[in-house]
Amino acid sequence: MDLRNTWDQWPDENGRFGEFGGRYVAETLMPLILDLEKEYRAAKKDPAFKAQMDDLWAHYVGRPSPLYFAERLTEHFGGAKIYLKRDELNHTGAHKINNCLGQVLLAMRMGKTRIIAETGAGQHGVATATVCARFGLKCVVFMGETDVERQKPNVFRMRLLGAEIVPVSSGTGTLKDAMNEALRDWVTNVENTFYCIGTAAGPHPYPELVRDFQSVIGKEARAQILEREGCLPDAVMACIGGGSNAIGLFHPFIEDESVRMIGVEASGHGIETGQHAAALNGGAPGILHGNKTYLLQTDDGQIIDAHSISAGLDYPGIGPEHSFLRDTGRAEYLTCTDSEALEAFQLCTRLEGIIPALEPSHALARVGDVIDTLDKDGLLILNMCGRGDKDVFSVAEALGVAM
Amino acid sequence: MPTSRIVTRFDKVKAEGRAALVSYLMAGDPDLETSYQALCALRDNGADLIELGAPFTDPMADGPAIQKAALRALANKTTLNDVLALAKRFREEDQETPLILMGYANPVHTTGYEEFAAAAADAGIDGTILVDLPPEEDQPIRDAYAEHELSVIRLATPTTNEARMAKVAEGASGFLYYVAVAGVTGAGSADPEDIRAGVEMAQRVSGLPVCVGFGIKTGEQAAAMAKIADGVVVGSAFVEQARLATVSKTPQIIAEKMGELALELSTALKGGVPT
Repeated sequence: MDLRNTWDQWPDENGRFGEFGGRYVAETLMPLILDLEKEYRAAKKDPAFKAQMDDLWAHYVGRPSPLYFAERLTEHFGGAKIYLKRDELNHTGAHKINNCLGQVLLAMRMGKTRIIAETGAGQHGVATATVCARFGLKCVVFMGETDVERQKPNVFRMRLLGAEIVPVSSGTGTLKDAMNEALRDWVTNVENTFYCIGTAAGPHPYPELVRDFQSVIGKEARAQILEREGCLPDAVMACIGGGSNAIGLFHPFIEDESVRMIGVEASGHGIETGQHAAALNGGAPGILHGNKTYLLQTDDGQIIDAHSISAGLDYPGIGPEHSFLRDTGRAEYLTCTDSEALEAFQLCTRLEGIIPALEPSHALARVGDVIDTLDKDGLLILNMCGRGDKDVFSVAEALGVAM
Repeated sequence: MPTSRIVTRFDKVKAEGRAALVSYLMAGDPDLETSYQALCALRDNGADLIELGAPFTDPMADGPAIQKAALRALANKTTLNDVLALAKRFREEDQETPLILMGYANPVHTTGYEEFAAAAADAGIDGTILVDLPPEEDQPIRDAYAEHELSVIRLATPTTNEARMAKVAEGASGFLYYVAVAGVTGAGSADPEDIRAGVEMAQRVSGLPVCVGFGIKTGEQAAAMAKIADGVVVGSAFVEQARLATVSKTPQIIAEKMGELALELSTALKGGVPT
C-alpha cells in the first residue's frame, strides 16, 4: 500500500493512528473529551484563534526560534552539516510552552477556569504555570514525590508563578503516577477543570492537538532550511519521552519521504538491564492513560517503571503516533544510555557554547552514528528542545562534582 | 441461550422486593487464600453479586483505598490468571452467585481478548467491568464475549446525558453500573435525590438493572440508595475492612470482618436493622 498520500490523514475519526491511539478513558471523561474535540475543530477554523496564537508565539514565546548552523559540531563529526532548531530559546526554556499556550486558549474558549497538569522534570509544569499566570487562571500541577525532590528549582519556579504543587506519593511517585493523579482530579472536577497534557499522548484528541501545536517547530524548520540551503534536510532528529517535541519537528516533513525522521529514546542503564525508558525499543503495545501505544510492561500487563537520568524522558509509554510511525517504518527509533547522554551534554556545551537539556542530549549522542550514514554534503536538523540550566545539579552529581 | 446467572439473580432479588447488594473485593489482597474465604463470607452474609477486582499498577479511576489494595495484591504477585483461578475455585462450590471481574483494559489486552474470554468463561466469570474501555473501544471484547455468554457491563455517570446513555446502553448486558459522583472510588457519596433522574433515565434507556456505586459505606447509605436503584455497589469499604484486619494476619479474621460488613449492608437492604 502506498501510504505516501495518506500520512497526513491520521488520526482517523476514532482518534486512531493505525491501531494506536483511541479513547481509553472512564465513562465520566467521555463527554469531556468529545466536547474538547468539537471545540478544537471549531478553534482550528477560527481565524481569531490562530491570530491570537501567532501573536503570543511572536511576542510572548519569542518565535520563530532560530535554525542555527552548528559549525563546530559539524567539524567534530566530519560529515553532513548539523543544524540545531533552537527551541531552547523559547520563553521558559523548552518547547513545552508551544503546546501550553494552545491548550490554555482552548480551555478559555470552553469556559474552564481551573487548569491541571502533570509534570516530570517540571518543564511542562513551569510552562503551564507561566501561561496560567499570564491569563489569571488557577493552576494545579501534579508531580511525583521523587521528582519534587530532584527538581527543586522548578518546583519553586512554579510556586512563584502562583501554581499549587501536589506531590504525588501514590504508586511509585513518578511521572506516570502524576498523570494518574491528574486524571483522578479531572474526573472529580469535570465541571470547571481543563487537563493540559504535556505530551502528544493521552486520549484522542490530545495526541492530535499537541502535535498540531508543536508542529510550529517543524513548519519553521522546514521553511528555514529551504531558505538557507535551498533544499530539504536528509534527516531530522529529536529525543523521545512522550514524543511531543519529536512529533512537532517530524510532522511537517512527514510527506517528504526523502527526509529520514529519527527519534532517540532513553535507554537508561541499558535496555538489557530493564532500567530504561525505551517504550518502542523495549516495550510492547498496550493500553494506558487513555491510549493504545507501546508501553513498558510485564508479560501479564502490569506497567513497569521507567528509568532515565532525564526526568523528562522518564515515562513508560510514548505518544501513539510514534508507535504508528515505527510500525509503518516511516520513522526510525534509536536509543541512548544515561552515560552517553552525559557525554553529549558536555560535548555540545564545550563545542557550541550551548548547554543542552539532558533530553536533547540523548538525540545529540546519536548524531555521530547518523552522520556516518549520510553523504558528506548532507543536511541534518536536530531539535534542541530544551536548555540545560535545570539539569546542572543532576549533571554535577552524576559527574561526581561537588557544587 | 441459557439465562445468565446475572439475570437470574436480579429476577430473584426483584421478586423479593428489594435491591441487590453488589460487593467488591480485590483479588489477592493480601493473598489469594484470604480472598477465597472472603468470597465465601460475602456470599454467606448476603452479597447478591460479587465484583472481583483484578489488580492493575495504574488504576486511574480508583481512590486511595483500592489503589493501595491493588499494590498489595501486586506485591503478592497476583496475576490475571490467579484472579481467574480464584473465581474457578469459588465456582466449584457455588454455581449461583454472579461473579463480575472488575479492572482495567491492559492486562486483558495483553492476555488477548479471545483467550481471556475463553478463560474467564471457563472460570465461571459472568461478566466484566473494564473501566477504561468505553463503548467506543470495547468492540473487541463484545466480539470475544458473544460466544462465551459473558456480559459487557458498562458505566454510566452523572455526566452521561440521554444521547450518550443510548450509546452506553447499546451492546451492554447484565446490568449498568451507575457511578453516583463524578470522581474516584471511595470518595464522597451522592444524595440519592440528586441522581434519581439519572438512574431512572439509565433504566429506561437501557432496559437493564441499574446498580449505584461510589462512596457507599454503611447500611444506612445503602438503604437510602436502594430506594432509587436495582442494586447498590460497595467497594472501598470492603477493601478497607480487609486492610484493617490484615494486621491480624489470619484469613479467617479478615473474611469475618468483611462478612460482618456484608451482613450490615444486606440486612439494611432487606429493610431490617443493621447489626
